[in-house]
Amino acid sequence: MQETGLQETGSHSSSHSSSSSSLYGADATADVLPVPLLEHKGGLMIAVKATLVRDLTLLLRRRGEVLNPLVFFALVITLFPIAISPDPELLATIAPGLLWVAALLAALLSLDSLFRSDYDDGSLEQLLLAPQPLAALSVAKVAVHWLLTGLPLALMAPLLGIMLALPVGSYAVLALSLALGTASLSLIGAIGAALTVGLARGGVLLSLLVLPLYIPVLIFGAGAVQAAILGDGVSAHLAILGALLAASLMSAPWAIAASLRISING
Amino acid sequence: MSLCLQARKLSCERDDRSLFKGLDLDIRSGEIVRIEGPNGSGKTSLLKILSGQLSDYEGELFWNGAAMKSVREHFLANLLYLGHAPGIKSGLSPLENLAWYQALSGESSEGKGGEEQRLEALEQVGLAGFEDIPAGQLSAGQQRRVALARLTLTPRALWVLDEPFTAIDRHGVAALERQLIEHAQAGGCVLVTTHHELAASTPIRRIALG
Repeated sequence: MQETGLQETGSHSSSHSSSSSSLYGADATADVLPVPLLEHKGGLMIAVKATLVRDLTLLLRRRGEVLNPLVFFALVITLFPIAISPDPELLATIAPGLLWVAALLAALLSLDSLFRSDYDDGSLEQLLLAPQPLAALSVAKVAVHWLLTGLPLALMAPLLGIMLALPVGSYAVLALSLALGTASLSLIGAIGAALTVGLARGGVLLSLLVLPLYIPVLIFGAGAVQAAILGDGVSAHLAILGALLAASLMSAPWAIAASLRISING
Repeated sequence: MSLCLQARKLSCERDDRSLFKGLDLDIRSGEIVRIEGPNGSGKTSLLKILSGQLSDYEGELFWNGAAMKSVREHFLANLLYLGHAPGIKSGLSPLENLAWYQALSGESSEGKGGEEQRLEALEQVGLAGFEDIPAGQLSAGQQRRVALARLTLTPRALWVLDEPFTAIDRHGVAALERQLIEHAQAGGCVLVTTHHELAASTPIRRIALG
C-alpha cells in the first residue's frame, strides 16, 4: 500500500496512478467484504414520511412555538377595532387587508425557527448527507410548517373576521385564500430561512429577503377577499393564488436545497 | 468490490488561512485512518470535505475510482458521518431519533422488525431502559451513545467520525474502539479524528495536519 500523508504541492510524486484498473480488485481485501457496498435503494417516500412524522411530533411537543403565530395574529386583529374605531362599515372596508397583513406577518415570524434547531443540533448535516434528494426532504419540512402555521391561521381568520365586521359571505373565500396563500408563503419563506440559518441573528435579514417576494401573494390574497365583499367573481384571484403556489412548488424546493448547502458551507 | 476513497491535491483555505495544501489521500477497505493535529488545524474541515459537505476546496475526490460528483448517490448510500453535534433531537426519544435515521437509510422504520433493530442497537450502546425518555433529559454522553447506535443500526462501509469519543466513559471508549477495529477487519473503513489516545494495539494509519 502506498504511503500517503501531507505532501506539498510541488513534491507531489507520480507514484499515484489513478487509472481505474488499479483501483478495482487488486486489493487483498477485495474478496472478503462482509460489509457490502450498498446500492442506493431509493426509499424516497419512506424518508419523506419519516421526516414529516418526526417534525410533526417535535412541533406538537413544543406547543408554545406552534401557538406563538396564532396568538400574535389574534392580538393584532383584536387591537385594531379598539385603536381605530368600532364603526362596522369602516372596519369592513379595511378588514381584508388587515387580516391578510397580520396573517402574513404571523407566518413570517415563525419562519426563523424552520431550520434553526436542526442546524444547531447537527441534524441538518445529516439531512444533507441523506442519499435522497434534499429538495424532497425539505418540502416535507415546509409542509409541516404550513400544516401547523398556515392552515391554523386560515381556519382562525373567519373568527377574527367577525371582530372586524367582515360580511358573512366572504368567510369561505378568506379561509381558502389564506390556505392557498400561506402555502406559497411557507415555500418562499423557507428559501430565506435556509439562506439565513447559519447566521446568529438572521431574523431581520430573513424578513428583508422574503418580504418583496410576499407582495404578489398579499395583493391577490387580499384582492380575493375584497372581491368577495363587493360581490365580484373571486375565481380569478384564487386562480392566480393557485398559480403562485404551483410556481413556488416547482421552483422553491430546489432553491431551498441550494440555500441549505450554501449555509452549511459557510 | 472493495471500497476506496481518494483525494488528490486537496487544498483548503479558511478565512485566508491555508489549512492544508496538496494533500493526497488513499483510504481503502480494512483501514482505520486517524487524522491528527492541534485545534484549528482543519481536521473537521478535512472530514467534511471528504464526506462531501464542503465544496470550497481545491483538488479532486474519487470514490472507487470514479469522480465523486458522478457517483455522489452511491457514495452517500455507503457513508455514515457523525459530526461534532450528535444530530439527536432533544424532543424525541432515542427510539424516535433512530427511526428517522433508519428511514433515511432507505429502510422502513415501521413494524416489529424495525423497532426490534432499534432496541437492539440501543442495547448495544448500553442504553437499554432509556428508549422512551426524551433525549434532552439524557446526559451528553448518553446522547452521543444514541448517535453511535447508528453504527450498528444502519450498516455502512465507510465511517467518518468526528471526535466520536467525546463525553463517552471509559467502558464506552473501549467498546467503541473494539467496534472500530471489528469494522475495519470486516472490510469496512474508518476515518476518525480524536484527541483521545487509542490503545497501542489498534492498527491505525495516522495523518498529521498542521
